[in-house]
Amino acid sequence: MTVVGTRMVRKEDPELLTGESRFVDDLVIPGARWLAMVRSPHAHARIGSIDASEALAMPGVEAVLTGPDLRDAWVAPMPCAWPVTDDMGNPEHFPVALDKACYVGDIVAVVVADSRYHAADGVDGVVVDYEPLDVVVDLEDSLTDRVVIHDALGTNRSYTWELIPDPEAVDQAFASAVHVVKERYLQQRLIPAAMEPRGVAVVPQPHGGEFTLWSATQIPHVLKVMLTATAGVPEHKLRVVAPAVGGGFGSKLNVYAEELITLAVARQLRVPARWTEERGENAHATIQGRGQIQDIELAADADGKVTAVRVHLLADMGAYLQLVAPGIPLLGAFLYHGLYDVPAYSFTCTSVFTNKTPTDAYRGAGRPEATYAIERAMDALARTMGIGPDEVRRRNFIPTEAFPYNSAGGLVFDSGDYAPNLAKALDLVRWDERKAEQARRREAGDPVQLGLGISTYVEMCGLAPSRVLASLKYGAGGWEAAQVRVLPTGTVQVVTGATPHGQGHETTWSMLVADKLGVDTDDIEVLHSDTAISPIGMDTYGSRSLAVGGTAIVMAADQVVDKARTIAAHQLEVAEEDLDFAGGLFTVAGSPDKELSIQALAFEAFTAHDLPDGMEPNLHASVSWDPPNFVFPFGSHIAVVEIDTDTGHVELVDYVAVDDCGNQVNPLIVEGQIHGGIAQGVAQALFEEAVYDEDGILKNPTLMDYLVPSTMELPSFTLDHTTTPSPTNPMGAKGIGEAGTIASTPAVMNAVVDALSPYGITDIDMPATPERVWQAIQAAGDGSSNGGTP
Amino acid sequence: MIPLAFDYVRVDSTEAALDALVEHGEDAKLLAGGHSLLPLMKLRLAAPSVLIDVGRLDELSYVRDGGDHVAIGALTCHHDLETNDLLADQAPLLRHAAGQVGDPQVRHCGTIGGSIAHGDPASDLPAVLLACRATVVARGPGGERTIAADDFFTGFLETALEPTELLTEIRVPKMAGAAWSFQKFNRRAQDWAIVGVALVRNGSAGIGLVNMGPRPLRATAAEAALDAGATAAEVAAVAADATEPTDDLNATADYRRHLAQVLVRRAAQAAGA
Repeated sequence: MTVVGTRMVRKEDPELLTGESRFVDDLVIPGARWLAMVRSPHAHARIGSIDASEALAMPGVEAVLTGPDLRDAWVAPMPCAWPVTDDMGNPEHFPVALDKACYVGDIVAVVVADSRYHAADGVDGVVVDYEPLDVVVDLEDSLTDRVVIHDALGTNRSYTWELIPDPEAVDQAFASAVHVVKERYLQQRLIPAAMEPRGVAVVPQPHGGEFTLWSATQIPHVLKVMLTATAGVPEHKLRVVAPAVGGGFGSKLNVYAEELITLAVARQLRVPARWTEERGENAHATIQGRGQIQDIELAADADGKVTAVRVHLLADMGAYLQLVAPGIPLLGAFLYHGLYDVPAYSFTCTSVFTNKTPTDAYRGAGRPEATYAIERAMDALARTMGIGPDEVRRRNFIPTEAFPYNSAGGLVFDSGDYAPNLAKALDLVRWDERKAEQARRREAGDPVQLGLGISTYVEMCGLAPSRVLASLKYGAGGWEAAQVRVLPTGTVQVVTGATPHGQGHETTWSMLVADKLGVDTDDIEVLHSDTAISPIGMDTYGSRSLAVGGTAIVMAADQVVDKARTIAAHQLEVAEEDLDFAGGLFTVAGSPDKELSIQALAFEAFTAHDLPDGMEPNLHASVSWDPPNFVFPFGSHIAVVEIDTDTGHVELVDYVAVDDCGNQVNPLIVEGQIHGGIAQGVAQALFEEAVYDEDGILKNPTLMDYLVPSTMELPSFTLDHTTTPSPTNPMGAKGIGEAGTIASTPAVMNAVVDALSPYGITDIDMPATPERVWQAIQAAGDGSSNGGTP
Repeated sequence: MIPLAFDYVRVDSTEAALDALVEHGEDAKLLAGGHSLLPLMKLRLAAPSVLIDVGRLDELSYVRDGGDHVAIGALTCHHDLETNDLLADQAPLLRHAAGQVGDPQVRHCGTIGGSIAHGDPASDLPAVLLACRATVVARGPGGERTIAADDFFTGFLETALEPTELLTEIRVPKMAGAAWSFQKFNRRAQDWAIVGVALVRNGSAGIGLVNMGPRPLRATAAEAALDAGATAAEVAAVAADATEPTDDLNATADYRRHLAQVLVRRAAQAAGA
């Protein structure tokens, strides 16, 4: 009996649902000082004098620390681990600004007080003399260097990165094209808005020199290395713990100023220190996602076969480079031809600074942007040719027999079988029936128009082969570490370097090990997210945990079984090859009296009374695994929208997703990831945008104004799957954590444009708000519709 | 999300509430469900020095037959309104609209009196009271007075209540059998309306508009048109007359005027015009 492949309910949920799980803000730390940040209200301003006298006279306020006060707390500036080009402009900046604030929310001073309330009150007592400077908000304006944000760089341009394997082939393809599509799409900025805001707590042991730092982070292991590099605390004196973490979506894949500041205060004042982010701070000072202008061109022959894709991105880094920000557009660089067999390819990206919150990884990180551009452009090609969006895709899919497929961008797509997947989605959504209904409504001039939108996607995840990361100049590897221990009394500990923050790792890892060892999932404990318990790891992002971390666990479990087999053969006095292993029991064919359980063998390994010569005691195995390739999940998503042409309101009425993530360990968790992912992608299409005014002020920093959709705005999704195993790992598994987000945004926007196509509308900026849609209908106003007349 | 320091007083009777208002003066704010006041305090946009908590005054939580009207205690929560049988018979517009406020958690905490007394033009219930020609009852040190809904909403987040007065009751004329409609346009179900319309034909027409000016408004020209037998389109054409909608992130003023027309047309059609 195996559990892999079953819909096992998540082990971690009772603790989470009853409040037993402890998040950073739940920690009880006697004597901890609370920090509150004095943040710049200006997007760009020189910092003059800072007068803290009023704050220092307030109850409970113990200190106010400025950038210069804390300058010696850092041995290096804030880290950026991904210098994508040798000449990348990376402005030096520190956790507390020294002389200039470059976005609203930039930290100017830190208030230390005996309570959270006193710290918050203290902020109002710090008087900062700002000299406001001209502000750069728009990306193309930034490129002109009308205002240069970082004097030392002399330009707002950070880097230009190219992937043009054969420029002549691209030029030729466009020169000989029968159809050319040229589109510009805007990727608005998004606020990740994890349910738990960030938080940090640091407890020093001043005499031993050790520090324990708790953070609501996705990356305790990476953070520990970066804290050593930036704060200069010796790595062996640092313990980093990510306790229960309430979502991240990439926003907690970073090294933040507040982590360094809390560590610095605890170190300088020799007291425990803590900080919990407010929701408004989360909007201003946690990274934002997306923020790109995308120019994409397709060349196609007379049959609609795409012969070349040419892309240029202008990407918004915000005020400074955060941990992996420069690499985010490049995670999409290889995917702007989608899952289509395109021989010629050109990608360039220029990234610029603006006086806005820094950007970085947000669910999908580069791949949603790429998928959006190619999927919108494929629909544009279909419209140009007068063929269906399903047909244009079928004509261009990488053929199944071409796998493993060498892409024009230089990747090897591991496995794929695209056409049957799309066929299944079309069938589930009742495509022909709905197109007929659409035609009927158009004919009747129905005020509620119907739109259907397809998005077929492939993405690269399971980050990542370390050598590929090296070629992209990423500052670390992409392996993952695992240890499997069968304890003396037969229960099991699994130690992983992956760091869950909502993914259900404890359940999934238990299932993998349960099947390998033949033990019950309840007899397996998964340990993670504490560098004292799990000393090495590369953490959780990029849909990597199962494909990379899961593989390391499976390999460690296999090694445990191998060792147990050797002990069993020794003690039963049979050859190893004569042993069968099933259900946790080693047996000998034809000798029913000879058997040993893996639990019994663990005890034998613990006593070490009778082990083969030279064998180490204990039934443990450790593996660090570096994947040979990415994995390439794919799928077909179809959105059905109704548009009220009187008001412009877009209602998502049906949504079909057929995903292929290879073999599934737990379909329930897979579906949960897809559900949340779709919701987040729909949010970009219809609801969310970080709106900045011309002064660089964020206009919607509250959850009243920043519209994260709820279940009320979403239909019940129809999910199905195909199964094309990956050859990249022994489980045949591919990642699924980001696929829903990657696929859904273009599906919805293609549906919106499809509904509005009778008006001649070919694009709507995201989010497709009611007013934007209504305005577009008004602008189209040829009288062919009843839109706008009450 | 950290409010400034404040004092907190919980009262156990209407009289005690009035005494506390007199004692603490203009720096005090009454706290009922807290769903309007507390967010403002956490954003430090409001900083009352004293909160007088009237949330446990059960004596002000009721729905009663008042003869020609339904009498509703000011501290009746939205959930109790949306599930009330007397309202189903006699004031179905209010019952329905109460079920459109926020989300279930909000409706179990937020109260009709708190919503009315806050005077927010974006709230649903003020427009409903205007459409229904409701009156509210206020008690102060000098006794009790009734105020017509038309006279109650005086400006942005301003009402006719004196600082020492407590809103105690809302009286909604019975409207059994009257045609009515409530149209709420928003982007998320839980949000305030971008524009909303409450319409009832109880003898004469009443049309209240949500979020079409600095205070809750009646669409008087549209009411007159409806009473004069105009078509729904004709009623809608004057629905935005004399309104002063604002621009915000959700909508420009022009778009709000357009929405008001669309929603009034739909409401009028639903009510038989």
